[in-house]
Amino acid sequence: MNDKIIGKLKILADAAKYDVSCSSSGGKRKNENKGLGNAEGMGICHSYTEDGRCVSLLKILLTNFCIYDCAYCVTRKSNDVQRAAFTVQEVVDLTINFYRRNYIEGLFLSSGIFKDADYTMERLVRVARKLRQEEKFNGYIHLKTIPGASEELIKEAGLYADRLSVNIELPSEQSLQSLAPEKNYAEILMPMDSIKNQLVQAKEEVKLFKAAPKFAPAGQSTQLIVGATSESDRQILQLSDQLYKGYSLKRVYYSGYVPVSTDSRLSIITEPPIIRENRIYQADWLMRFYGFDVKEILDEANPNLDLDIDPKLGWALRNRHFFPLEINTADYEMILRVPGIGVKSAKKIVSARRFAPLHFDHLRQMGVVLKRAKYFITCQTKSLQRQDFDSEQLRRRILFGEGSVRSALLTQQLDLFRKVG
Amino acid sequence: MFHYTYDGSFEGLLTVVFEAYERKAWPTTIEPEHLAQPSMFGETVQVTTDEEKANRVWQGLKKRLSASALESLYYTYLWEQSGFERLIFDYARLVFDSPESVEGNYTAPFILQVQQIHKQVHREKHRMEAFVRFQKTADGLYYASIAPDFNVLPLIVRHFEKRYADQRWAIYDSSRRYGAYYDLQHTAFVQLENPALSPKQQGRLQTDQFDENETRYQMLWQVYFDHVNIPERKNPKLHLRHIPKRYWKYLSEKQPRLL
Ligand code: SF4
Repeated sequence: MNDKIIGKLKILADAAKYDVSCSSSGGKRKNENKGLGNAEGMGICHSYTEDGRCVSLLKILLTNFCIYDCAYCVTRKSNDVQRAAFTVQEVVDLTINFYRRNYIEGLFLSSGIFKDADYTMERLVRVARKLRQEEKFNGYIHLKTIPGASEELIKEAGLYADRLSVNIELPSEQSLQSLAPEKNYAEILMPMDSIKNQLVQAKEEVKLFKAAPKFAPAGQSTQLIVGATSESDRQILQLSDQLYKGYSLKRVYYSGYVPVSTDSRLSIITEPPIIRENRIYQADWLMRFYGFDVKEILDEANPNLDLDIDPKLGWALRNRHFFPLEINTADYEMILRVPGIGVKSAKKIVSARRFAPLHFDHLRQMGVVLKRAKYFITCQTKSLQRQDFDSEQLRRRILFGEGSVRSALLTQQLDLFRKVG
Repeated sequence: MFHYTYDGSFEGLLTVVFEAYERKAWPTTIEPEHLAQPSMFGETVQVTTDEEKANRVWQGLKKRLSASALESLYYTYLWEQSGFERLIFDYARLVFDSPESVEGNYTAPFILQVQQIHKQVHREKHRMEAFVRFQKTADGLYYASIAPDFNVLPLIVRHFEKRYADQRWAIYDSSRRYGAYYDLQHTAFVQLENPALSPKQQGRLQTDQFDENETRYQMLWQVYFDHVNIPERKNPKLHLRHIPKRYWKYLSEKQPRLL
């Protein structure tokens, strides 16, 4: 047994795990060369960690040696941790052998910066090139771009990778200045912009001739750390909104800060803000799939998301004039805005009502959860509630009344507080 | 009262639909031959599978249904839970007797049920695609054994063919006692029953059949699994919701630590 590899894997998986993205979806790479692997369509979670996150990719750092000293990062230069580095071949072997056994969808490779940005980026690219060209590997590859790497290297990375990411990490320039003084927004946003342009260009070329080389077909993503610095949810979501619109990002990931550092530059927290992170993800979903504008979710008067209720319910309680909604006639877009009704239920409702006017029993049979929705809808003008409630009463009824259980997440967080206090 | 029996195949079941229409004799029960109890009341109709007739029924359904609804019917067959024949029959009959499309009419209870079964079977298919763990044998075969809740092996074959085009692999369903074997060209369904083994051992690989590196990669995978975890975020409830205990038997990361 090669103990060296085990030791490296421990260190370099540990160091990579705070990057929460593990998505392997959106790939378009087909297995056309009778080679190994296929990255079409939806990604698969092959396992789940004990904290309930999807394990889909082999997510490791090439090395955790780093010349920088970002305060929030375990890998920072001044942190006293064990250091290790994989060789290019070692990463290739691990990826291929895990993939062949159906453990993973592919590789997510990132790295601390050793020597300089290009030197590091060049090695990441070499791993990807070897997998594609020598191993005929068609599985998923996600490469993190190293801040400050040259445009040519990023361009080459995009030829082999399905997804590229540029992590912003800190949601404002000020935080970046104080916590990661070697970095700045302009430098981070530049590769993002160049990737966006490459993506657009590759799409244009494919229109002209089909065999044009693909460039990162699953697009680009980034990650923002939540809770290490003092930005409000509104600032964070506004930034995401700009990133989705301005840089056509596929995903923004949010990572509730896990206190890995006692660096004095950081705000002091003892627990990762799991509920807050969860609410931000919900708000992000509302923006991407439910047609909500960021201004509808948060504004100056409400700069932070309500931790007790999900942002859709929050919106509905502030906008009672849209409700109750008649399920048999309302637009699909409005049904989507009813608290407790998701995309699947909304589609079923719209499909079924073509055949017969719907009663509440129909909704129940279809699996539409009415616990919250019932306060906001009518079926053939009938309502399930006898009296009107104002928003504050509704909020309380939904949270505590009628034997409603609290969300598992909330209970978990409360338990944690209890342990601490 | 008419009691239909058939040979248990999907084609057989479609032939039942054909015969019922032919005779205008609607079934009271539909059962596989080997399970059918002789009944004191009514007439028993023994249906012999006829590909031609089955195909005519299938084509008829195809004209009136979308690909996804057809898939739902096939999935209902693979669901194998009691009453599935009845559901397929009732669904087909409603399709043939309605002048308009019945798809998406979730106000009809069995249309809704077939749709829910589709979802259940699909979820199991997806789980098997995720949780299959191949073990490499000394002669280079990648082997896995499964025991899915529903008969999803026929559904997952294509996924693995596409993904592992350059390696020989086999997946064995130990509860239904058959497997799929891919030889780099085609996939064939095979029985590899070894009567000397108990049902529990059936289809399980012994460590002395392993490739020399197999144990090492299982160990590395366990190491990886333990180190991507963030203990500060531990959430056992969520963990169990994603991988219910009954699936742990497949997962090398859920076995005793090799290191
Ligand atoms: S450059 Fe990256 S790896 Fe290095 S300290 Fe900063 S965040 Fe960590």
